[in-house]
Amino acid sequence: MTIDVRDPVRPAPMLPPVDVAPLRRARLRATGVQAACVAVSLFMALPIVLIGLAAVSSRAALAEFPKPLVPSEFALDSLLSFLRATGTLPALGNSVLAGLYAVFWSLVVGAPAGYALARHAFRGKDAYQMFILLVRALPIVVLSVPLATMFLRLDVYDTVLAVTLVHTALALPTTVLITASIFVSVPADLEEAAQVFGCTRWQAARRVVVPLALPGLAASSIFTFVLSWNELLGATVVTLGHRTLPAQVLTSLAEASVAYRFAGGFALILPALLFIFVMRRYLLNLWGTTLR
Amino acid sequence: MRSRSPWLLLLPSLVLMAALFGWPLVQAVLAAFRDEGGFTLAHWQRLLTDPYFLPALRNTVLLIVIVLPVQLALAIGMALLVQARPRFIGGHFYLWCVPLAISELAAGLVWLSVFDNRGYLNSLLVSLGLSENGVQWLSYENTTTMLLTVVIAEIWRATSLVFVIVVAGMQVIPRDYDEAAQVFGASLGQRLRHVTLPLLMPSLQVALILRTILALQAFAVAQALTGRDFPLLVGETYEWYVNLRNPAVSSAVALVVLALSLGTALLYLRTVRQPEGAR
Repeated sequence: MTIDVRDPVRPAPMLPPVDVAPLRRARLRATGVQAACVAVSLFMALPIVLIGLAAVSSRAALAEFPKPLVPSEFALDSLLSFLRATGTLPALGNSVLAGLYAVFWSLVVGAPAGYALARHAFRGKDAYQMFILLVRALPIVVLSVPLATMFLRLDVYDTVLAVTLVHTALALPTTVLITASIFVSVPADLEEAAQVFGCTRWQAARRVVVPLALPGLAASSIFTFVLSWNELLGATVVTLGHRTLPAQVLTSLAEASVAYRFAGGFALILPALLFIFVMRRYLLNLWGTTLR
Repeated sequence: MRSRSPWLLLLPSLVLMAALFGWPLVQAVLAAFRDEGGFTLAHWQRLLTDPYFLPALRNTVLLIVIVLPVQLALAIGMALLVQARPRFIGGHFYLWCVPLAISELAAGLVWLSVFDNRGYLNSLLVSLGLSENGVQWLSYENTTTMLLTVVIAEIWRATSLVFVIVVAGMQVIPRDYDEAAQVFGASLGQRLRHVTLPLLMPSLQVALILRTILALQAFAVAQALTGRDFPLLVGETYEWYVNLRNPAVSSAVALVVLALSLGTALLYLRTVRQPEGAR
């Protein structure tokens, strides 16, 4: 900001003295805004730091009371014993598999529907969109119990496939909405140009639209993966032995030690930090606009 | 061909949703009203006489009534801070969004490390000399402090979602309106009340209703913090199905949640979608 309006070459004309009060007020305001930002950031970040510290405390440090903020002794044994506890590693594998399968199937089934919504005007479009919105409002809790019965009968109960199906269904409405908004932003002209040059409809979609939509599709995939990684109730109800990680932690809570709980909580949070970091450019569009 | 192809593309998604949403929904309704002998209300009687059901209903509603206004106010405040473009806003924004990807269960465990009897909050209180042995925040005798801890955990976990919706809504409001009001000498409070908030209304409504539906499904936060001492409706479904092995009553609780959600969703469609289409 330049307040100095005098020209250095010519002698200064008679100017009234500069009023610095507004400037001072602006600076004060900026400080206040920054202080408020720091306060909110502390509220959001401090609990994560605390559970992180708890997870890397040694058993002795964890049992101390009153606890110092920084643990008196660091050790990885809580995290290691959480990883070595029965069921943790297989559950981690199940979680990753179910997440990847759910991403794949929700894209395979949802992206064409999103494309149809973006490119075609047809009768029943409003009805379809209304249907999607209603499905989003259905709580998973209503579906999980009958789904468990259904899966028992179909002999897929307690498998990764069962969890995948539940998570795909949950992610489908959001995938359709997100992919529709992505395909809208890819100009139809390009697709038509490809067709003019001899591509079939399918080739035009595959060679022109998909590459352009790829970043958005990746964001949508991460969204689905996060949903699957965090979903708890459905995964707990349709499995018994082959749990996903959150389901495993939830069902072990009752008899778990404090160290197990903190290590488990921290392990569940770590991917979240990464997801949000990767997604930070898409956050506003995804959660803020498309999915409202 | 042209007119048929959109339905060809929509068909897989319709089939999957019918199989995984429609069919189970019908089954859930049937299960809640039927036993071997046909139609019955016995499951509902069992549910209503269960000592946990009414507290669960009360807690769920209480949680929504307390958490939502706080979240809305906090999110608007945070969005205004972003709007002021302070330094390091990128870093702040990242931190404020992190809870978006944190599951309910993890959030519950995070706050357990704070509110546990030997947790960080009690450690702080004792070392500052404010309390002798700390407060039993999560004891089943202290319904108020249990509610407080769950409320704080929920505010921490889910304000990000409201925040992101509000920020996105604020970005599409042209800055001219606010500047015009400023030129005419409106104070910050006046501009907020007469310019920003009315223009933000659609976003606020969406955030409110989306959060209500999601808050109705909350249970893992309370489960991680208090076990069954602070029952919530969805937690009761889990309890009836997983621990008491009674799918019928479990379905009945689920239907209560469904009725509350659908009521909210209808409100959503009536108040929010219509004006948007009319624009």
